Amino acid sequence: MIATNTDCTTTEGTPALGPEPEAATRNACKLCAPLGAAMVFKGIRGCLPFLHGSQGCATYIRRYMISHFREPVDIASSSFSEDDAIFGGARNFELGIENVISQYQPELIGVATTCLSETIGDHMLGMIKTYQDNHQAEGPPLVHVSTPAYSGTHSDGYFATTLAIVKKFALPSNFRLSHRVNIIPAMMSCADLRHLRELCERYGLSSTLLPDYNATLEGGSWDAYHRISPGGTSLEEIEEMGASTATLELSHSQANVKQSAGSYLESACAVPLHSLGWPIGIRLSDQLFTSLSEISGREMPSEIADERARLVDAYVDAHKYVSGKTAALYGEPDFVIGMAAFLSEIGVRPILCATGSKTPQWKELLHNEIEGDMADVEALAGVDHAKLASRTRERKPDLLIGSSKGYPLARELGIPLLRCGFPIHDRIGGQRQLYVGYRGTQQIFDRVVNAFLEAKQEYSETGYSYL
Amino acid sequence: MTPDQTGESIHVLDDRAAQVWTKGSGKEFACDRKSTAGAVTQRACAFCGSRVVLYPIADALHIVHGPIGCAVYNWDIRGALSSGPQLHRNSFSTDLAEKEVIFGGEKKLKASLIELIEFYKPKAAFVYSTCIVGLIGDDVEAICKQVTQMTGIDCIPVDSPGFKGTKKSGYQAACEAAYKLVGTAKTDGIKKHSINLMGEFNIAGEAWMIRKYFERIGVQVVATITGDGRVDDLRRCHGASLNLVQCSGSMTHLSKLLEDKHGIPMKRVSFFGFEDTAQALYDTAEHFGDSEMMARAEALVREEIAKYAPRIKAYKKQLKGKKAALYVGGAFKAFSLVLALRALGMQTVLAGTQTGNAEDYEQLKEICDPGTVIVDDSNPLELAKFVLEKDVDLFIGGVKERPIAYKLGVAFCDHNHERKIPLAGFEGMLHFADEVARSVLSPVWKFAPRRSFKTNIHLNPGND
Ligand code: SF4
Ligand code: SF4
Repeated sequence: MIATNTDCTTTEGTPALGPEPEAATRNACKLCAPLGAAMVFKGIRGCLPFLHGSQGCATYIRRYMISHFREPVDIASSSFSEDDAIFGGARNFELGIENVISQYQPELIGVATTCLSETIGDHMLGMIKTYQDNHQAEGPPLVHVSTPAYSGTHSDGYFATTLAIVKKFALPSNFRLSHRVNIIPAMMSCADLRHLRELCERYGLSSTLLPDYNATLEGGSWDAYHRISPGGTSLEEIEEMGASTATLELSHSQANVKQSAGSYLESACAVPLHSLGWPIGIRLSDQLFTSLSEISGREMPSEIADERARLVDAYVDAHKYVSGKTAALYGEPDFVIGMAAFLSEIGVRPILCATGSKTPQWKELLHNEIEGDMADVEALAGVDHAKLASRTRERKPDLLIGSSKGYPLARELGIPLLRCGFPIHDRIGGQRQLYVGYRGTQQIFDRVVNAFLEAKQEYSETGYSYL
Repeated sequence: MTPDQTGESIHVLDDRAAQVWTKGSGKEFACDRKSTAGAVTQRACAFCGSRVVLYPIADALHIVHGPIGCAVYNWDIRGALSSGPQLHRNSFSTDLAEKEVIFGGEKKLKASLIELIEFYKPKAAFVYSTCIVGLIGDDVEAICKQVTQMTGIDCIPVDSPGFKGTKKSGYQAACEAAYKLVGTAKTDGIKKHSINLMGEFNIAGEAWMIRKYFERIGVQVVATITGDGRVDDLRRCHGASLNLVQCSGSMTHLSKLLEDKHGIPMKRVSFFGFEDTAQALYDTAEHFGDSEMMARAEALVREEIAKYAPRIKAYKKQLKGKKAALYVGGAFKAFSLVLALRALGMQTVLAGTQTGNAEDYEQLKEICDPGTVIVDDSNPLELAKFVLEKDVDLFIGGVKERPIAYKLGVAFCDHNHERKIPLAGFEGMLHFADEVARSVLSPVWKFAPRRSFKTNIHLNPGND
């Protein structure tokens, strides 16, 4: 028996009728801001994330990240009790930091607030200063980011943290490191981060990724215990970001915010900013490679040109299998925009583009990147999975693309789900999926095509073994 | 070996020293404390505790009043099954935004409740308060009253802001909330020999298996609380004549209420392992003083054990002498696990719980072998330390503990609410053995650096 989706069924098991609930969020399509902060902190060498608030938030976030990455994710908290919630958490903060230092010996402590400490109005900068005064400025540096979940999603928390870090550590410089680029990626997979670094190398550039959790969240098997997983961008490298020759910010959603890590580096340190998107698909990847050429003064290396040529060839070989198909996609804003751009360039219409973030100008952002007009595209920002499900039932796309959380819907509608993004906790390997560049596009392209082929085969009467 | 390889270099925080104990050390042992700031506890919060306990009530609406994170991280991750309604698997939240944090969230809560009740037609609604709700001054109780009156559906506040304490305080809040339903329906048709199964959450269908045992020996199960739970069962569970309480931590409070106010006696039981399961059935038959029931129980136990014992014996041969570490939620579970591991020929060298109390730990200390380390409210570093020091072969825990084991080349068995495999009852013991064996005996460990180092396989000849 295929269980019907729980978001549209009454307790009696009959379809729920009447107006859809609007006030409550039903099965959110977003996570909370401190999770994004923790992701960034995990991408800095020797950094331990610390959530100022009650311990439940930290435990939940750890558990959630572990379910996707399958790696140790230690996040400390100030473990508020009822009294701290009333009288402020200064005492717990200090004790918590002391204990973290004594246990983990971190090189940096990344402090993010939670809803609770924000609501109480704990003054973090003051608390950090008091702590450092009391300890004669000994111990590792502390960086702080304000991440109340009630005013943003994990995506917002992620970018706020990249900004907080460059603001605190990047140093303006009169000297330029002519072969160094900064990369501020959207919340990508570990494989993406590795590939970005490799691509820079192909152009003779070294890169500083902020964050770079590729090794901390997908590391090797250990022969000894590591208090903090090895890997990540070092503080020295972050300091030098102000001296890089350019910044690549791979996020459409950051292009029109007031201040981003990239725009800060441009205004405060005069590092030229290349505002790009998540490079999925040929067109968006071309933009990345054009930037890399401009920065390095080099032509596209022949291996990369070959990858592009093979990708074009693959597009042609398989175009008929995908042409005219439709897809619904959901997830973080940058992922959805990049994916929608890619789908539209291979002839798959992204008819539902949904994100849980309340991204300003969501429709325009999509419109800028989707080929063809927007008449058939529904741009849904600030939505939950129940709303997405009800639109999907009506629009009946051929394919669903997004996190594991779309599985019940895919199962109900009998359409394939291409698991992409975060979290993937009903399959293995989410952290290893490659999306960026021609190589990443090739992989995701093959997966898309094969999903259609598999669906066709599965649901056909004959069961062809040759398609 | 370096101190990082033996675990020697990791030290226990001074604040926590009393919560780490070695059998035979003669030291004092402390528990039941709030977690130390910065210690990276494996515990969740009070809200999480109440959510876990009430979650399996499948025909109730569960709405989390607060910002989104508290609700979304536990959306449909648990293995508690329902034979009918699936409403509990949704994650409903008021998803408070900044303006509600400033001006109050009562209006949104009320609107949310009314809409959701109309749409989903639940039998009751549980409204969980998270940390910031108290701070912004929302009167959740008043809203619940209003909506109950308007809709005729009982809306029950669960007073569980995370900072109120550990999961345990959340259990208490959950019991209080569940108790609001008790005694609100007729108890017609309930037989003399009837029980409630409490603290059984029907993970992977375990409650169904256990229920069948009782039906086979002639005992009526009035309510499983809360596994495969129904609001109407809770309403009439005061009609049962005995409460069997498993997972003592979560349901003690409710069983006390039932004892004090309705005169229903309680018995602590466990359905993990052959012995405990058999004991639970015998205890029940003895309680009812029915010799035929006892005979049926004995027959059942014989039959079931005959079915599974041979295969378990085969596993025992392969697992004999292996060392295990376990870190679980409650001490009662730890207790059963030590025995079950022993039945597989394995020795427990590290046992810990998130929320055990002094009484639980006394029992745990007693059954453990000398040298066993017992930890309360531990954290990843401590657990890693003892995994290395004791050189364990298997770790039993939950998702948060899994990477500690795997990173160090240690086998792992999931024993918390997220698992999808039934481990209770006679049949469950076979699944357990199977789970343990499939990990411990896997051929992959020889590639893990910590293992290959021990077996002298050099995988990176250029690298050493
Ligand atoms: S209180 Fe805020 S930070 Fe904590 S889990 Fe809930 S939404 Fe996230
Ligand atoms: S500690 Fe409080 S805010 Fe954090 S998850 Fe628990 S209830 Fe939510």
